[in-house]
Amino acid sequence: MTAAWLEAGDPLVIAERWSAEGRKVALATVIDTWGSAPRPRGSHLVIDGNGNFEGSVSGGCVESEVIAQALDVIQSGTPQLLEFGVSNETAWRAGLSCGGRISVFVQDLASRDAASESHAG
Amino acid sequence: MTSGIVEAVNAARAERRPVATLTWLDTGVMGLIAPDEIPGHRLEIELREAFRSGKSKAVTQDGREAFLNIYLPAPRLIVIGAVHITQALAVLAPVCGFALSVIDPRSGFATAERFAGVDLVVEWPDDAFTSRPLDPFTAVAAVSHDPGIDDPALIAALEAGCFYVGALGSRRSHERRLERLQAAGLSAEMLGRIRAPIGLDIAASTPQEIAVSILAQIIAALRRPGGDNASRARVQPGGRGDACLVEG
Repeated sequence: MTAAWLEAGDPLVIAERWSAEGRKVALATVIDTWGSAPRPRGSHLVIDGNGNFEGSVSGGCVESEVIAQALDVIQSGTPQLLEFGVSNETAWRAGLSCGGRISVFVQDLASRDAASESHAG
Repeated sequence: MTSGIVEAVNAARAERRPVATLTWLDTGVMGLIAPDEIPGHRLEIELREAFRSGKSKAVTQDGREAFLNIYLPAPRLIVIGAVHITQALAVLAPVCGFALSVIDPRSGFATAERFAGVDLVVEWPDDAFTSRPLDPFTAVAAVSHDPGIDDPALIAALEAGCFYVGALGSRRSHERRLERLQAAGLSAEMLGRIRAPIGLDIAASTPQEIAVSILAQIIAALRRPGGDNASRARVQPGGRGDACLVEG
């Protein structure tokens, strides 16, 4: 049984459950932040092939964009690095109203074998 | 499958083992790194710093960019006393990511019915701490209102360097508590670390509201180890957005 503190909407626990159910799953991770950013580096958002999601990479400012990109990543299997800044600097897509910038890495969770990497170096 | 990595990370977190993942940004390939693999690792310096600070970060190796994500064990909350406030804490603490244990030797209070699904230990604190050792990643809230139960737990928590030690009771009962603990040989510095009356002052009235005030005080102790007086502005120089709490 998963402990209660791990159970409460934890993105990685949900990613594991969705994968076990045979769903396609993408993992989005905040990998860098500058200035005021709503979620710290390492924060996760998980997305399934139907656009269901759990977790967050911002305060809700850029999730729609990340989910849309995640569906492409699930289709193609190719990871994407997304950058978001202040809304008016990148008017063509979602931005952060708080004034910060974030980088979000989106990867497909089902397509790669990383066992050989665990002792890399 | 990379999803095997997610399972391994979840297993480590469930067992309170620190672990890291290294994700190559060009390929998306992900690997798992345990602390015992740090010595001699090509990212040894970065790994040591990241495991120490708990801060995830981007790294470069041989011109390739990667992201090092650190997963430290969740902070623990041990509540002494299976009282009404504790029932509310049992709901709130897991939501905030705390691994909760409740200790109370009084079997009338510590019943499975009142604390369904909770790690409930029906023992005296000193006995319970042998199976659940205290450490600096643990918060202890003594709310039994019974000095015979609370005092030994407070002494153990202070000696173990728990990041938060709080005690329920009025200012008058806390004065008497300080006299007892001083007589037991605790230093003034140690006694000064007890948060009492417990909880942030939000004029909490019901057991549930008191639970919120206790949990808020624990979170402040965890995220702002410098003390109660450190202001947000000092924590985040030049911070702007009120809703944005994270340093750049």
